[in-house]
Amino acid sequence: MDTLYRVLAAPFVDYGFMRRALAACVALAIGSGPIGVLLLLRRMSLAGDALSHAVLPGAAAGFLFAGLSLWGMTAGGFVAGLLVSVLAGLVSRNTVLREDASFAGFYLTSLAVGVLLVSMRGSNIDLLHILFGTILAVDGQALYLVGGIASLSTLVLLAIYRPLVLECFDPGFLRSLGVRGSVYHLLFLVLVVLNLVAGFQALGTLMAVGLMMLPAAASRFWSQRIAGMTVASILIALLSGYAGLLLSYRYSLPSGPSIVLTASLCYVVSILAGKRGGLLYRLRTAPTFDT
Amino acid sequence: MTAAPTVELDGVSVAYGRRLALRNVSGRFEPGSLTAVVGANGAGKSTLLKTIAGLLKPCRGHVRPPAGVRCRTLAYLPQIADIDRSFPITVEDTLTAGAWRQIGALGGVTAAIRQRMTEALSTVGLAGFGERPMDSLSGGQFQRVLFARSMLQAASVILLDEPFHAMDAHTTADLLALLQRWHAEGRTLIVALHDLAMVRRHFPRTLLLAREVVAWGPTETVLDEPYRRTMARAPDGWNSAPPHHLHLAD
Repeated sequence: MDTLYRVLAAPFVDYGFMRRALAACVALAIGSGPIGVLLLLRRMSLAGDALSHAVLPGAAAGFLFAGLSLWGMTAGGFVAGLLVSVLAGLVSRNTVLREDASFAGFYLTSLAVGVLLVSMRGSNIDLLHILFGTILAVDGQALYLVGGIASLSTLVLLAIYRPLVLECFDPGFLRSLGVRGSVYHLLFLVLVVLNLVAGFQALGTLMAVGLMMLPAAASRFWSQRIAGMTVASILIALLSGYAGLLLSYRYSLPSGPSIVLTASLCYVVSILAGKRGGLLYRLRTAPTFDT
Repeated sequence: MTAAPTVELDGVSVAYGRRLALRNVSGRFEPGSLTAVVGANGAGKSTLLKTIAGLLKPCRGHVRPPAGVRCRTLAYLPQIADIDRSFPITVEDTLTAGAWRQIGALGGVTAAIRQRMTEALSTVGLAGFGERPMDSLSGGQFQRVLFARSMLQAASVILLDEPFHAMDAHTTADLLALLQRWHAEGRTLIVALHDLAMVRRHFPRTLLLAREVVAWGPTETVLDEPYRRTMARAPDGWNSAPPHHLHLAD
């Protein structure tokens, strides 16, 4: 019992930085879990990845002006992410290019600009901080920001949930009701960017999307309903955050990749053992033809 | 249900980019009328329905009543191919969308709405299906749920785009009976169809399209000479020499 306590709980009881990191993971899981599920259902999984890269130049610009300031980098990242999502949306709606291709075009440009900006003024360590985050150094201020974003995201998502789902399932029907789906789509993109900005404080721009998309993708193997998928996604993100932090503490591994790799493990397990279309389940329930 | 308005098209043209999909369509769907919209593939049937439903804006001309008024009286049932059938949503949640005008984005589903859902499901032969995921339904069952959703809308004008496509005979017969019931209740029905035998048997009026109105009037008149002439030209003839526009007396 004592061993269990020492392995599973003591690091969080004994150290404030571990408690703050865990609290940040809980907030990220609650905020990003449902967003990831909706991105998945809207077939925009890679758009989330593109947006996480797009946040970089804004964060870098914030870093150039204000150094490693939480608010400067957050505001910069939010503006850059939003700009890329709006521009990508405009291009896909007004030209022959599809949304995924226009996202790809803008995020690559954005990533290059971001790396260039950091290289001009900062060191490799600064670049690594922005790219991969430092969840073990999350302070009270960052925790408020991540918690605030998770709360706001949950409330807004609840308010726009019905039209968002309907726009995804049957967009023509929603428009025939006189409802402008594009408004909800834009609001949703704002939430995606906000959650990515919250994530990049802890996990970095490149890893932030990991805690959003991996649990969401895994959740598809555990439920056939959006509500069930959302709960599964949050639980998997929570488990990944907790187990990733423990692994990071125990084996002195970088925390961001540890958390995301734990989420990857959950994803692989779900592909294999998920009861809604997982590989083992399919093999077990394959039809047999008696002769 | 509010009284069905006259749906009037006045010189309506619709384009996708630079390609004109509908040209100068004028005419009226009278309240309580049952009209089949026929024509070859690419004739503009779906485009016409989407324009009336407010999904597409005419590049020229007007649809009356205006879109803001129209959307309150209208139910639109898109082609089943336009809907993501693998989406993880239940039958009940799909039907909830039909009550949008009562509950909007935030309202809760009241006991009265739940009762109407149960009745609608029962009417389309799917009693007890409320909890079933949509992706577990057959094509016919899926279409029945969409009909039930239209019932929840209590609309006076109903637009249906190829509602019997790939349906078996049993489902087609059931859903046709539902159309007849809606017609008897005084709703205006505008239905895009390919099955001419069905049109002759069940639809009193027909609009024949070939990117513009070829003929519009009583079915037996429209599906006679104008139809044969148009189909003889389709599809290549449309680009160079659009068919004559016929006004057919009732």
